[in-house]
Amino acid sequence: MSSAMFGAVESGIIYAIMALGVYLSFRILDFPDLTVDGSFVTGAAIAAILIVNGTNPFFATLLAIAAGFLAGCVTGLLHTKGKINPLLAGILMMIALYSINLRIMGRSNVPLLNEESVFTKIEVFFTSTGLDALFGSMAAAIGLQNLTSTWSVLISMLVVTALIKIITDLFLRTQIGLALRATGDNKRMIRSFSANTDQLTILGLGLSNALVALAGALIAQYSSFADVGMGIGMIIIGLASVIIGEAIFGTKTIAVTTFAVVGGAIVYRIVVSLALRVDFLETGDMKLITAVIVIAALVLPQLIDGQKERIRKKKKRLQQEMKINEMKKGGEEYASTKSNSQSI
Amino acid sequence: MLQLNQIHKVFNEGTLDEKIALEDINLTLKPGDFVTVIGSNGAGKSTLMNMISGVLTPDVGEVFIDDRKITNLPEYKRSRLIGRVFQDPMAGTAPSMTIQENLALAYNRNRRRTLMKGVTKKLRTTFQEALETLYLGLEDRLSAKVGLLSGGERQALSLLMATFTEPKMLLLDEHTAALDPARAALITKLTGEIVERTQLTTLMVTHNMQQALDLGNRLIMMDSGRIILEVDGEDKQNLTIEALLHEFQRIKGSKMTSDRALLG
Ligand SMILES: Nc1ncnc2c1ncn2[C@@H]1O[C@H](COP(=O)(O)OP(=O)(O)OP(=O)(O)O)[C@@H](O)[C@H]1O
Ligand SMILES: [Mg+2]
Repeated sequence: MSSAMFGAVESGIIYAIMALGVYLSFRILDFPDLTVDGSFVTGAAIAAILIVNGTNPFFATLLAIAAGFLAGCVTGLLHTKGKINPLLAGILMMIALYSINLRIMGRSNVPLLNEESVFTKIEVFFTSTGLDALFGSMAAAIGLQNLTSTWSVLISMLVVTALIKIITDLFLRTQIGLALRATGDNKRMIRSFSANTDQLTILGLGLSNALVALAGALIAQYSSFADVGMGIGMIIIGLASVIIGEAIFGTKTIAVTTFAVVGGAIVYRIVVSLALRVDFLETGDMKLITAVIVIAALVLPQLIDGQKERIRKKKKRLQQEMKINEMKKGGEEYASTKSNSQSI
Repeated sequence: MLQLNQIHKVFNEGTLDEKIALEDINLTLKPGDFVTVIGSNGAGKSTLMNMISGVLTPDVGEVFIDDRKITNLPEYKRSRLIGRVFQDPMAGTAPSMTIQENLALAYNRNRRRTLMKGVTKKLRTTFQEALETLYLGLEDRLSAKVGLLSGGERQALSLLMATFTEPKMLLLDEHTAALDPARAALITKLTGEIVERTQLTTLMVTHNMQQALDLGNRLIMMDSGRIILEVDGEDKQNLTIEALLHEFQRIKGSKMTSDRALLG
């Protein structure tokens, strides 16, 4: 494992929060929500501008979450009250947010170098309590050395993402959570059980984009800048994580699926970082690589299933042929004994 | 209980596709009434059900339940009072959720949904007991996804879910039409049992004349958006399919002759 790979895992764990948000809209609500490209940046922009202006980074991150929630609610309103098709509602919100994000930041890029961030704060906590040294020696014990200057990012984000995953699982099993899932599954049915599907759709999209904005805020602090273009293609990365994760880890229950989504986000980052090591590929090819990964994750399982099916059928056909041959043989033997008996 | 006053509904008014779906419908149901509704395709039976459940609102006329005017109450609010089973077995359940989750959704029909756990241990026992009344063995498959059930099993589950919280009314729109004869008979039997036990005020649409005669204490026949025949009480008990068809011919016939008279 190299330090590049370590970085991929670190950022993968943060992007997993965004992927969980995409999972909520895309899978639970069955709503392909393109707001994500905008709300990710909104989270980053709000956190960045507040931090630059001296706000406590934890508080700035909380406000970023709230802004993402609002953005999702607006998309929900456009769809439910404005009767705008889901894709279009998301696209409209996405381009509206582009301008809003520029307004929030005041320019297209806000650097956060030398600023306090949640990560600098957590790192201080980790070093002062000796946790960092502890994890460092534990890693060294299993042969992982010189990967990183601090373990605080990986460990703290692992805890945060795991918590969000568990809370999501629990929430989806509450009375409201069940109604939310039914809204994505069968609107007509859940309306006949007196659930306000409009309200639930708005809530679901709000929660989804709150997670996306949180990821945006964390990524901005992790990479020390917010940029108005940093959200482009974010929805595809989210989908890639969901689809890859589901293909690898399965979808047996909600808890397994959310685990798969987190895993998918990390796997995605690792694959991209491996791909970028190939000589003729450059950072500009990222989007193309992403597209290829998603296509592979969608098509490969089908090919594998098709191949399995072909093998199964071939086997079946062989068995059938053998049976027929045996019957023929039996018949011939019978015929020959018959002719023998006649000849006598 | 339920009161429909002079309901009119026209689809696509003022266009070539204009269609009068309901015309001057007046209907009053007493508590515990079980009314079967028959009539040819396009007669307006489903439109009538949709008027009551709030999927559609009338152009003219009022809908009351228990003297409360609900004409413009949104569908999701009305469904606290009204249980429904649809014709399509896929329509009444959430396929990607488990049997117990579906039942929990039904259980919360007239409660405020909160952040409390949807399926508790206590509820599971309640669900099991309720499922036992279906005699389909579903009580042993609480955590099976509903998408894996057959159409008949799903329709039985839908029926149970629709009546689980004992709403004020039950609306059944051809809820046995998509099933094979044996399953249809089973669901018909279950419907009779449940309505008998809960004394729900019920409106049931069917194309099966025998079913319409066997079930319920009242029968209405619809044609071209109107209620053309109402049979109650003893008359309903003694009604036969032949008599019903004869009556239909007579009404249609007299209407045709009056039309002819008008034209002539
Ligand atoms: N949403 C709609 N828009 C336009 N016309 C409609 C609509 N819904 C129903 N109709 C028309 O209203 C008439 C009554 O339809 P309805 O579905 O109530 O009939 P039905 O008695 O339930 O028939 P079936 O036995 O075939 O279910 C039909 O002619 C139908 O084409
Ligand atoms: Mg109908």
